[in-house]
Amino acid sequence: MENGLGIPQTIALFGASSEIGQAVIREIIQVGVANVVLAVRSESSVAQFKDELNGTYPGVNILVHQFDALEFESHDGLIARIVTEVGDIDVAVIAFGVLGGEPCESLLSTDAVQVAQVNYTGTVSLLGALATQMKRQSHGKIAYLSSVAGERVRRSNPVYGSSKAGADSFAQGLSDRLVGSGVSLLIVRPGFVASKMTAHLKPAPFATTPGAVAVATAKGLASGKRIIWVPGLLRFVFSIFRHLPLPIWRKLAEKG
Amino acid sequence: MSSNRELTRLSGWGNTAPSMCHVVDASGLDVIKTAIEESDTRGVIARGLGRSYGAPAQNAGGTVLLMADHGDSSIGLDPQTGLVTADARVSLERLMTELVPQGWFVPVTPGTRQVTVGGAIASDIHGKNHHVDGSFGDHVVKITLLTSEGNVRELTPEESPSEFWATVGGMGLTGVILNATFKMIPITTSSMRVETSRAENLSALMTSMQDDRDYRYSVAWIDLVAKGSRMGRGVLTRGDHAALSDLKNVDEASALKFNPKALLSAPPIFPSGLLNKWTVSAFNEVWFRKAPAQIHESIESIGSFFHPLDGVKQWNRLYGRSGFVQYQFVVPFGAEETLEAIVHRLSAENCASFLAVLKYFRKGNDGPLSFPLEGWTLALDVPAHGGHMAAVFAEVDEMVLHAGGRHYLAKDAHIRPDAVMRGYPRLQEWRDVQQRMDPNHVWQSDLARRLRLTTR
Ligand SMILES: Cc1cc2nc3c(=O)[nH]c(=O)nc-3n(C[C@H](O)[C@H](O)[C@H](O)COP(=O)(O)OP(=O)(O)OC[C@H]3O[C@@H](n4cnc5c(N)ncnc54)[C@H](O)[C@@H]3O)c2cc1C
Ligand SMILES: NC(=O)c1ccc[n+]([C@@H]2O[C@H](COP(=O)([O-])OP(=O)(O)OC[C@H]3O[C@@H](n4cnc5c(N)ncnc54)[C@H](OP(=O)(O)O)[C@@H]3O)[C@@H](O)[C@H]2O)c1
Repeated sequence: MENGLGIPQTIALFGASSEIGQAVIREIIQVGVANVVLAVRSESSVAQFKDELNGTYPGVNILVHQFDALEFESHDGLIARIVTEVGDIDVAVIAFGVLGGEPCESLLSTDAVQVAQVNYTGTVSLLGALATQMKRQSHGKIAYLSSVAGERVRRSNPVYGSSKAGADSFAQGLSDRLVGSGVSLLIVRPGFVASKMTAHLKPAPFATTPGAVAVATAKGLASGKRIIWVPGLLRFVFSIFRHLPLPIWRKLAEKG
Repeated sequence: MSSNRELTRLSGWGNTAPSMCHVVDASGLDVIKTAIEESDTRGVIARGLGRSYGAPAQNAGGTVLLMADHGDSSIGLDPQTGLVTADARVSLERLMTELVPQGWFVPVTPGTRQVTVGGAIASDIHGKNHHVDGSFGDHVVKITLLTSEGNVRELTPEESPSEFWATVGGMGLTGVILNATFKMIPITTSSMRVETSRAENLSALMTSMQDDRDYRYSVAWIDLVAKGSRMGRGVLTRGDHAALSDLKNVDEASALKFNPKALLSAPPIFPSGLLNKWTVSAFNEVWFRKAPAQIHESIESIGSFFHPLDGVKQWNRLYGRSGFVQYQFVVPFGAEETLEAIVHRLSAENCASFLAVLKYFRKGNDGPLSFPLEGWTLALDVPAHGGHMAAVFAEVDEMVLHAGGRHYLAKDAHIRPDAVMRGYPRLQEWRDVQQRMDPNHVWQSDLARRLRLTTR
């Protein structure tokens, strides 16, 4: 539960080594928060972030839990363990994801199936477990980091784009199912964000930063929005992109 | 089963942290038992008139038993002893309306009459007479409790002290109080003989409160806006029930008349921010000047002496949509410097509390979670929209706990589990009894979850 000052007591980050995810936590944590749960594949990858949070918010209890998006059967149990340990989850941020390599001659990148499973199946599995718990609680807020890449899939990364598109659609349906339950789900659709995921790429137009995504996400959570775009302009850009004739889209998508 | 039941939004008197709960009108024992049987892992909690400020009487995703008096709940008085056995749903207002004319007053009344007997026991409420009479639980001789296993048990301080005292102040987490027997105070009039005086600053105020023991009721209101040498200036009101001889031209029969009518009603929702440091400081100036510089004696009604806010219905809406929190703590005697430092800290914050209430408690009772402990207690309202108050409270919390003090659970809206552990050193002892009384973990509330009260 949020306390009487509107401050969430427990915040959980899934894919806790994500640069965007960490930026969101920095944005929403404040004095009065009791617990931050960092769910991550390898504990060592968040050691530094944990130290940082401990340093800035000495009163906040930081817990690290082992989490792999691909271990679907473990997700329910993980949520249950968190709840036993610290009580209701008030805010959950879902930030794991993989970009994957570009498809090559075989047209199927070696990691295609895995990328699809992390981004789509992993999200379905975790969101399902989280939403079930929050529905039981009758309160809670989830922020899912989707992507504009799912809005119109590009030939350079069809696996990433389609898996994000699938997860985004799932999240929309789930969000609608949760209406009236006291639980809300925010879908965040950033454009190109300069992070370790994209470090090897050249920035696309309307590129933004983890910090900007975090600010927008915090606002979206507070106001109970369903979908936000970062930067906000992308909403209009993509409403045009979505309807562009194929040849023009192909050309455009090639450049960016 | 719970997934198809309707959810109702509930919050405490402060209108903060609302949650969606399955509300059951607990009109009879059968209904209550069924609700317990049908509850899921989110459990059940009783709710009286919802006058606690935070979230002890709500249960997100779980069941809330509305212990509402539909006018048919019983009140049985033994006029020889003054012992009354009342249904837990009965409000203190109804007790006063029925029993004041017969010459009996409730042993303890909070600043509002709109609380139930069940809520009075579960929070072990205190009033202006704590320094003489102790808290509500001190006057209770028997509690009839429905346990989570469906048994009706009679708890007394002699035969079942651990269960009795775990229930007094136990925030509804040991079972549903069905009725209770407690001792009323004999009175000969429904009027109060009141002495009002004012003090120019906090230390002057605390000095004059040293002779509080000569009065049955005492409380001081302090101005949190005044700064410098006037910091903590206040108005002290003390008194007792008036004797017939204190009243002029009143006969025995009319001397006990009691009229609980509410006067005004606040508009539905006030724009937030109407209460700001300017309006508050203007109000406080007028209020302080109005109090006589010299000790002044007057005769007042029960309502105006004990429950001035009951005159304005739903005054809690004055704080706007985002609501407000009430911060109440106690620090032991000897920690006067801490108290001054806290008043200083809060007054520096311009936190827009009209007034803070200062009072001292005598020794507390045997309830491990009962709030009062020998020392000074301060209570103030703070609008909930100032997010920065979290940091201020965190600082003040630490000062309170460091001095050996604690926070009042019936009002709390922000402390963290460790503050209960430090403030209530007998927490574990209470938990052991609670667990014995509720092996299946049925009793749960938003407060209990936030503070991990029933953690096993
Ligand atoms: C204007 C105002 C002034 C106040 N002044 C004071 C004061 O001077 N001193 C003081 O001590 N308090 C004061 N309070 C607080 C109030 O007295 C307590 O919060 C009291 O418990 C409220 O009673 P309620 O019936 O509204 O209970 P609720 O607020 O509905 O519930 C409070 C707790 O009691 C439990 N409970 C209620 N009924 C039962 C039952 N039948 N069986 C088991 N558990 C039950 C609930 O589970 C919950 O934990 C004040 C409140 C207001 C609004
Ligand atoms: N960067 C962008 O341009 C951009 C744009 C739009 C949307 N997004 C989305 O935003 C989210 C966060 O991205 P980011 O930019 O912060 O990238 P990032 O820093 O690379 O974070 C992604 C994280 O996902 C984790 N992860 C990968 N596979 C996992 C698995 N099987 N189980 C658990 N965790 C796994 C990684 O953790 P490890 O440390 O274990 O590898 C990594 O830290 C992603 O969902 C991404 O799709 C990013």
